[in-house]
Amino acid sequence: MHNRKDYDWEIRNPSGCGITSLMSAKKNLFRGNLAVRSLDNMRERGNGLGAGYAGYGIYPEHREHYALHLMYEYEDARQSTENFLSQDFKIFDEEPIPTRPVRGIDRAPVFHRYFVLPKEQALGTNISEAAADEFVVSRVTEINTRIEAAFVVSSGKNMGVFKGVGFPIEIGEFFRLDEYQGYCWIGHSRFPTNTPGWWGGAHPFTMLDTAIVHNGEISSYGINRRYIEMFGYRCTMMTDSEAIAYLFDFLHRKQKVPLELIPAVFSSEFWNNIDRMEEKEKELHQTIRQVYGSALLNGPFAIVVGHREGMFGLSDRVKLRPMIAARKDDVLYIASEEAAIREICPEVDSVWMPRAGEMVAGFYEGASQ
Amino acid sequence: MRMIQPDFRIVIDQDRCRKCGRCVFNCGFGALEFKEKPIPSHEKCVGCHRCVSFCPENAITVELNPLAFRPNAHWTPFLIKSIYKQAESGGILLTSMGNDKPYPILNDYLLLDACQVTNPSIDPLREPMELRTYLGRRPEKLEFEKTNGNWRLKASALNTVKVEVPILFAPMSYGSISYNAFKALCLAAKELDTLMYTGEGGLPKELYPYGDHIIIQVASGRFGVQPEYLNVGVGTQIKIGQGAKPGIGGHLPGEKIPKHISETRMIPEGTDALSPAPQHDIYSIEDLRMLIYALKEATGYKPVCVKIAAVHNVAAIASGILRAGADQVYIDGFRGGTGAAPYITRDHLGIPIEIAVAVVDQRLREEGIRHLGTIIAAGSVRCAADAVKLIALGADAVAIGTAALVSMGCHICQKCHTGNCSWGIATQRQELVRRLDPEWAAERLVNLVRGWEHEIKDVMGAMGINALESLRGNRERLRGLGLDSETLKTLGVKPVGAAMG
Repeated sequence: MHNRKDYDWEIRNPSGCGITSLMSAKKNLFRGNLAVRSLDNMRERGNGLGAGYAGYGIYPEHREHYALHLMYEYEDARQSTENFLSQDFKIFDEEPIPTRPVRGIDRAPVFHRYFVLPKEQALGTNISEAAADEFVVSRVTEINTRIEAAFVVSSGKNMGVFKGVGFPIEIGEFFRLDEYQGYCWIGHSRFPTNTPGWWGGAHPFTMLDTAIVHNGEISSYGINRRYIEMFGYRCTMMTDSEAIAYLFDFLHRKQKVPLELIPAVFSSEFWNNIDRMEEKEKELHQTIRQVYGSALLNGPFAIVVGHREGMFGLSDRVKLRPMIAARKDDVLYIASEEAAIREICPEVDSVWMPRAGEMVAGFYEGASQ
Repeated sequence: MRMIQPDFRIVIDQDRCRKCGRCVFNCGFGALEFKEKPIPSHEKCVGCHRCVSFCPENAITVELNPLAFRPNAHWTPFLIKSIYKQAESGGILLTSMGNDKPYPILNDYLLLDACQVTNPSIDPLREPMELRTYLGRRPEKLEFEKTNGNWRLKASALNTVKVEVPILFAPMSYGSISYNAFKALCLAAKELDTLMYTGEGGLPKELYPYGDHIIIQVASGRFGVQPEYLNVGVGTQIKIGQGAKPGIGGHLPGEKIPKHISETRMIPEGTDALSPAPQHDIYSIEDLRMLIYALKEATGYKPVCVKIAAVHNVAAIASGILRAGADQVYIDGFRGGTGAAPYITRDHLGIPIEIAVAVVDQRLREEGIRHLGTIIAAGSVRCAADAVKLIALGADAVAIGTAALVSMGCHICQKCHTGNCSWGIATQRQELVRRLDPEWAAERLVNLVRGWEHEIKDVMGAMGINALESLRGNRERLRGLGLDSETLKTLGVKPVGAAMG
C-alpha cells in the first residue's frame, strides 16, 4: 500500500477516466454490482490505479445517522480518530467495512464505518439539521487535515463511498458491493496520469451527501482551490476533483444556489450569449458570473454529482469530455459511453448526448428541489 | 569650467544633412540651433529622438557621451553627477517616469504554464475566449426566487463597471500630460470599452461626454473637484499614494499651468500645484471611510476606488480599505511612473507590484473577503505577459501609464517635469502639444491594447482556460525560475519543476 506521505504532498493528480451512474426516482433498489458491470465495460478508460463507487439508500436502518466511512493508512490512526469522534459525536453503531480478499489487491488500508450524530452539547445553542451538517463538515475537514493517516471517505446519511486502487471490478469485489442495495449508484474508473494510485485519490469525492465523480482536469484548479479554501474547506486528497465536491457543497448547501443554477456557475454561459438574453435572465447570469466567477470550472470535465435530492450530470462549457444520458422508466443513467449504459440496461426508452454545459438532472419523487 | 558634462552627444552627418532645419524645429529642449547648419548643444539633449525621427535624411544619431570615469562599482557616474548637481543647487534632485534602477523585475522570473495532452489547449482563433471583467464590489450572497418557473434574482445585487479588456489607463493628470494626450486616452478608453482614470488634475468640460469610460480622481490637492465633475464618471478614485512617490503629493510645476489647466484645476495660472503629502481629512482608516461614503453620497453610490502605493504593509492597508467600504483597491508598484518626483522617492521607496498583488490577494483570502472587492494592479506593466502574470497572482485587471505614453511616442527620457516634451505628451507648450494628434495617438493606444488582448487570449488558450476569471488568482499556472524560496513563498508560486498541487 502507498501511504499519502510517500508522495510529495503538493502533487496533484490529473486524470482521464470513465464514469457511470444510475438513479431511480421511485427509489427502487439496485445491487451495487450493476455499477461495477457498467464500469467494467469501459475497461480502457481506466488503468487499474483507482476505482470507486457511491451508493445511496444503502443504510436504511441508519437513515437518520451520518454514515462516516473512514480510511486509515495504519491502525494507530484509528485510535486517535475514534478518540476525536467520541468527543463530539454519539456513535450509534460502528464496524469495519466488510471486504473480501481479491487477487491484485494485497496491501489495502483499513476501512471502518461509524453511524453518528453530533452530540447536542457540541452544537451549542443552535440545534438544527443545518447546524448539524455544518458541524459535520467542520469535523470532516479537521480529520482530513489534522489527523495523520486518517481520511473521511464519505460523511452523508444513508449513503457511503467505497473506493481504492484497482480496476473497477476488483474494487467492487473487495468491498463486496454485490451485498449492498441502493437507489442511486455512481461509479468511477480512473486513469491517473502521473502519480501512482493513492487510495484516497480515487473517486468519488464527497462532503455530506454530495458525492462526485469526475472525468477531466480542471485548468482553473489553482483559483477554484484558493476560492473554496477561503470558506474553511481544505483540499487534502491531491486531486482537482475534490475541490468540485466542496464547491458544490458550498454553493448549494451554504449559499443556497438552486440546483438548476449550478451550471451557470460551473459551466457559465459565454458573455455573448448572456448579452442576448432577456433582461431579467441576463441580469441573473451576469450577476452569477461576477459573484461566483472563481468557482467556474474551466477546462475539460464531465461530472456526475449525487446529492440529497437526486443526481445530476454536467460537462464543461465547451464539452471537452464525453457524457451521455439515458432513461428507462424512472431510472436515469449518465455515463461516459453509451456502451456502459447498454451493458446494464439494453433497452432504454431514450438516450441522448447532452450539450456542453447542459445539466442532466434526476430528482427523487417528492424531493424538494 | 563646467562640472556637469552632457549625457548624450548629437552626431550629425553633415554630408547627408540637407539643412532643412526640421531637427532644430522639432527639439523641445533647444538642443539644436541653426547657423547655416544645425549645431548641437549636447548638454541640452535628453535623448528623446524627436530630431532623429524627423530627419528626412537619417543624418542624425544620438549616442551616450563616452565620458570615462575611472571604473568604480561603488561610485557610479550617476552618483558623482548627482553630487555635483546638489553641491551646486542645494536642492532636491527631480526626475520623471518610473524607477530606472536595476532592481530585479520579478515578472521576468515568472513563467506561464501550457496544456499538453491531459487537458487540451483552446484555440482562440476558433473558439470563444473571454477577457471581459467587471470591477467593483460583490455581495456575500445572492438571493434567488422562482418566477413563472424560472429562477431569477430577488433583487439587483451589483453596482459594478464592465470592461471588455482587463487593461485600463492609469491616472495621469491633465496638466502633467497635455490636453491632446489626455483626450487620446479618453478616445481610446471609449473605443476599447475600458476605463481611464483622470488623475488629480480634473477633467476638461468638453471631455465630459466620455464619462462612461472615466473614473474621476479626488486627490489631496482636490484640484478641479466640484459636484458636476464627481458625477460625470462611472466612479471615483481617492488617491492616497502613487508608486513613484509614496508618501508625498503630486507635483506640477508652474511652467505647466497655463490658462486652460488653471481653469480645470481651479487654481491660479503659473502657480506650482503641489498637492499635500497626505489627504488632510484622512489621518486614519476611519477618516478614509468618511471620505469614501461622502463620495458615494455625492455620486448616488457610484463605486469608489482607493489608490495606494505598494508599501511594506500594503496587505493590511488594502484589507482596511476594502473593509472601509471601497469597491476597488488600486495598487501602484514601486516602478510606477510620474510626471515629476524626487529621485530619492522614485528610486528608493515602495515594493514591487508583483509582491504587493500577491500579499494583498493572499491576505484578503485569509480574511475571507477577497471575493467582495476588486484589485487593480499598476506600476510598470510593460507587456501583455506582465498583465497575465499580475492577474494570475491575484489582480482583477491592470492599468498602464508609461506603456500608454510610449505608444503615443514617449521615449522615456525622464524629463516630463521640465514641460518641454518634444512629443507633445508631457508638456503644456501649445506649439509642442499641437504635434500630438489625439486621433492618431488614440489609434495607436487602441492598437497596442488590441495587440495585448490577442496575446493574452493566446496564452489563456494555451493554458486551456477561456474566461478571465479562471486566470485571476490562478497561481497554479505560474512557476518561478531562479527566485529564492522566501520570495516564492511570498508570491505563493512554486518553483519551476514542481508539478501541479
